[in-house]
Amino acid sequence: MDFGLSEEHQMVQRMVRDFAAKEVLPTIQEQDRIGGMAPFIIPRMAELGILGITIPVKYGGQGMDYISLGLVSEELEFIDTSLRVVISVHNGLTCLTLLQWGNEDQKEQYLVPLAQGKKVGCGAFTEPGAGTDFAHIQSTGKKDGQDYILNGEKMWISLASVADYAIVTVRTDQKIDPGYRGLSTFLVDLESPGITRGDIHGKLGVRAGSTGWINFQDVRVPTENMLGEEGEGFKVTMSAFDSGRYTVAAGATGLIRAALEASKSYAEERNAFGGKISDFQLIQAKIARMALDYQAARLLYLNAGWLKNQGTRNTRETSAAKWYATDASFRAASEAVQIHGAYGFSDEYPVERFMRNAKGAMIYEGSNEIQSLIQADYALGKRRDKKIRRELPPYDHQTWTFDPG
Amino acid sequence: MKIIVCVKQVPDTAATMTVDNGAISWGDAPLIINPWDEFAVEAALNLAADQGGEVVALCLGKEGETEAIKHALAMGADSAVMVSDPALKGADNVAASKVLAAAIQKIGDADLVLFGQQSVDTDTGLLPVQTARLLKWPSLTLVSKFESVNPGDSKIQVLRSMEEAVQVVDSALPAVVSVTKDYGEPRYPSFMGIRKASKAEFPIWSLADLEIETPPSSIGWPEVTEPVQKEILTEIIEGDTPEEKAKSLVEKLIAEKVL
Amino acid sequence: MTKKILAYIDHFHGKAQPSSWECLGLAGAITNDLGGEISALVLGEGVNGLAETAFHYGADQVLLADSPILKDFRPEPLADMVAMAAKEYQPDLIIFPTTSRGRTLAGMAAVDLDTGVMVDVIALDWTGGEITATRPIYAGKLLAKLTCGTTPQIVTLRTRAFDKPEPDTSRSGSITTLDVGVDAAGVATSIASLQEKGGGVSLSDANVIVSGGRGVALNSALEPPGDLDEEAAEVWKAEQGFALVQGLADVLGAAVGASRAAVDAKYIEYDHQVGQTGKVVSPDLYIACGVSGAIQHLAGMRSSKVIVAINKDPDAPIFNFARFGVVGDMHAILPPLTEALKEYLAG
Repeated sequence: MDFGLSEEHQMVQRMVRDFAAKEVLPTIQEQDRIGGMAPFIIPRMAELGILGITIPVKYGGQGMDYISLGLVSEELEFIDTSLRVVISVHNGLTCLTLLQWGNEDQKEQYLVPLAQGKKVGCGAFTEPGAGTDFAHIQSTGKKDGQDYILNGEKMWISLASVADYAIVTVRTDQKIDPGYRGLSTFLVDLESPGITRGDIHGKLGVRAGSTGWINFQDVRVPTENMLGEEGEGFKVTMSAFDSGRYTVAAGATGLIRAALEASKSYAEERNAFGGKISDFQLIQAKIARMALDYQAARLLYLNAGWLKNQGTRNTRETSAAKWYATDASFRAASEAVQIHGAYGFSDEYPVERFMRNAKGAMIYEGSNEIQSLIQADYALGKRRDKKIRRELPPYDHQTWTFDPG
Repeated sequence: MKIIVCVKQVPDTAATMTVDNGAISWGDAPLIINPWDEFAVEAALNLAADQGGEVVALCLGKEGETEAIKHALAMGADSAVMVSDPALKGADNVAASKVLAAAIQKIGDADLVLFGQQSVDTDTGLLPVQTARLLKWPSLTLVSKFESVNPGDSKIQVLRSMEEAVQVVDSALPAVVSVTKDYGEPRYPSFMGIRKASKAEFPIWSLADLEIETPPSSIGWPEVTEPVQKEILTEIIEGDTPEEKAKSLVEKLIAEKVL
Repeated sequence: MTKKILAYIDHFHGKAQPSSWECLGLAGAITNDLGGEISALVLGEGVNGLAETAFHYGADQVLLADSPILKDFRPEPLADMVAMAAKEYQPDLIIFPTTSRGRTLAGMAAVDLDTGVMVDVIALDWTGGEITATRPIYAGKLLAKLTCGTTPQIVTLRTRAFDKPEPDTSRSGSITTLDVGVDAAGVATSIASLQEKGGGVSLSDANVIVSGGRGVALNSALEPPGDLDEEAAEVWKAEQGFALVQGLADVLGAAVGASRAAVDAKYIEYDHQVGQTGKVVSPDLYIACGVSGAIQHLAGMRSSKVIVAINKDPDAPIFNFARFGVVGDMHAILPPLTEALKEYLAG
């Protein structure tokens, strides 16, 4: 098996690395201090084609493969988590869910402008009262003629206040048992009457990003905006998480690398007891662990990406990659702060930002506790993946790069 | 309009350079396009877009080392040519320029040849001027702006930098130009460009294909070494008055050759 | 073993690039050891004065071409003259300064004369008449020794790597006028105009940087205007301090930097900040005035070639990283330092 990255992958990696280092890094510390997403970021990523990188050209995208999506996520989060979050919710939760579950009309109408970066998407699943226990969400959708009327509140939604569209899952059947069979998913235009949204402040991390809430008050959504069939909302949502979670895993890998690079650089410069602290074994042990975790996390997400390319179901592998990388990134960032001593406690150096950012990923996109349960279920044979009605399409170079003109 | 851009492959600028058994080594650092060359490619692409035309990337290097060419193609160059021959190992600047001049003539019909200002490895900045001299075309180095380009009339006007001033130069075409980073930020390769570049095929010419003999090299490299890392010898300047200390410091700085 | 040396005098409209004298200095050092003769090559318009100065710096004769065709720098006619002079004079060694013009003309000469050129040389060995040049490659990460197997050998010298000799104004010599064999119409380029170079040195590109830290505000001898409150008085004092920093920077053609402490205290804008947050710089000379030298500032300027620290506190950490340290009040040191440098650089 060839574990190397192709020439194409290396060029993608280099391009995104250069962009993030040249255009975002110089002001990111300041932006994190101020809070909120710098206005130029999303339009610039759109301009460079990053917002549609893993969508076929015929749907307005760049026609690159799922491994490229992972590489982009790693390189963006190497600079700051807030950049990768855009990919997670726009590319992952929104675009790839449309690619998997959308019909041709929905893809033409919504996926194309999203992939072109002309519109921005986000995933509105979590609620104030339900995150991990997703089957028990409270938001409702009631059929009314040709539409559904949506009511409820979604919270902790990245890009809530800046997005044009959201993929929203609500309860459409109050009576069915088990409850998860009563959920349905819609693509919602966030300019629709009855929608209010706002930003959430006071977050521990990802402060240079946009996180908010969306409130639905009798919002009318056409039935043709439903993704999949009524009652398939849980499956659609879990598919969305497989896509978003993959980018989180890849991104956290980039964060491990960032903590590692910062630690190496500081340890080589800092003197104590007549020598560089990089010569001390206790410091070396921390760096060794980061380096090891980087290698492991990287292989886990690349494997998941490769499986996606093949069109092979990869819920287990993606969950493993996310769990491993996010735990490891928090550990790495925390140790990086430790290595920096008092300077790690100051925003003069980036490591405290890495640590605050890393914590979030252990919680969102499926908490690491949930990932642990998922892994146990697979390991104990209690869970076997059944075919879902709509699978994420495998990567095919010819059809994905075909430009109808 | 036909523009040839000469690109070179170099080790990543962050690489740790060492001497391994007398040979220069960059460890496992990747090879990249010479960063200065990206400005030349950017200029070529803009000129070709403005005037209508094509951009050909030309690289003198080792077969198989294609990062520089691929990057130029991914930025948008229309085609590429590689020149590679084992006989060119250790070729000095004059020899390399002779090879480039021959390749430029074989490609034919160039209105303009662009180079980056210098390369980050051997850093001589000589290839643009020597290639121009061999072709007997005007040499315009350190160009930051193309004021006007008129391929129909074979005329060009550029801004070029010297230490003391900027010259506005009118020149005939074809000409050989080196481009500085004041030209403006080079574009990133697009994803479509990356795809095209990774699939691109381009000819690899040997000296036989160029119909020239191995050009002789005058310059020999008997030794390459790593500079000795000197311990910082902090010298506290003596003096009874600030004026004395100031004078003493000036003398020290003169001796240190930093003024 | 004697060496006939030709030294190119680089200039702009008759004003010499000082590195040209360094070339003559090296030529003198070689002929002192091995014997030989030094000719200076002066090309341009209205450049007789340069010929005189060339004698002062050690030339035995001057080959001179003075013509309107050579007034503005254009490589082709000048390179033609260099080749012509070399073919007539038959030097063993031709030395150019590594200025933008010197580099170009040296490169073209190597082509015209079927020889090689060793560029950006920082040291030269001529033991036994064999010339070995040393130059930095890979941005100075490695050093290469070079030889040239054909004659004439051509070298370009890095600025300030070789000593400028003491001028002897009593020296003189013969001037040989060269025929300007170039036809004005035969040159494919013409200079439409010249533009002044924009003012201000960017921190990232600067060869010399003068920085101010907290110490710029600590001048006890200053009396701020009575109507300022404490904070404003401190900023006022800092501005006076930074004026001294700017004065030194102006004389050196340097950029002005600052420590985070100075920027946070609003003594100067963030654009000037050097350090972990701020810019990372690596000039040839970094003069830190009233800067303590904490690790986050060092991260920004550690790779400067020569660091000079001026600080009242003899225990300031920066003295551990400086090549030269002056323990003293920067407000007392900077004025005489600026004066002394002004004098040296003018002379």
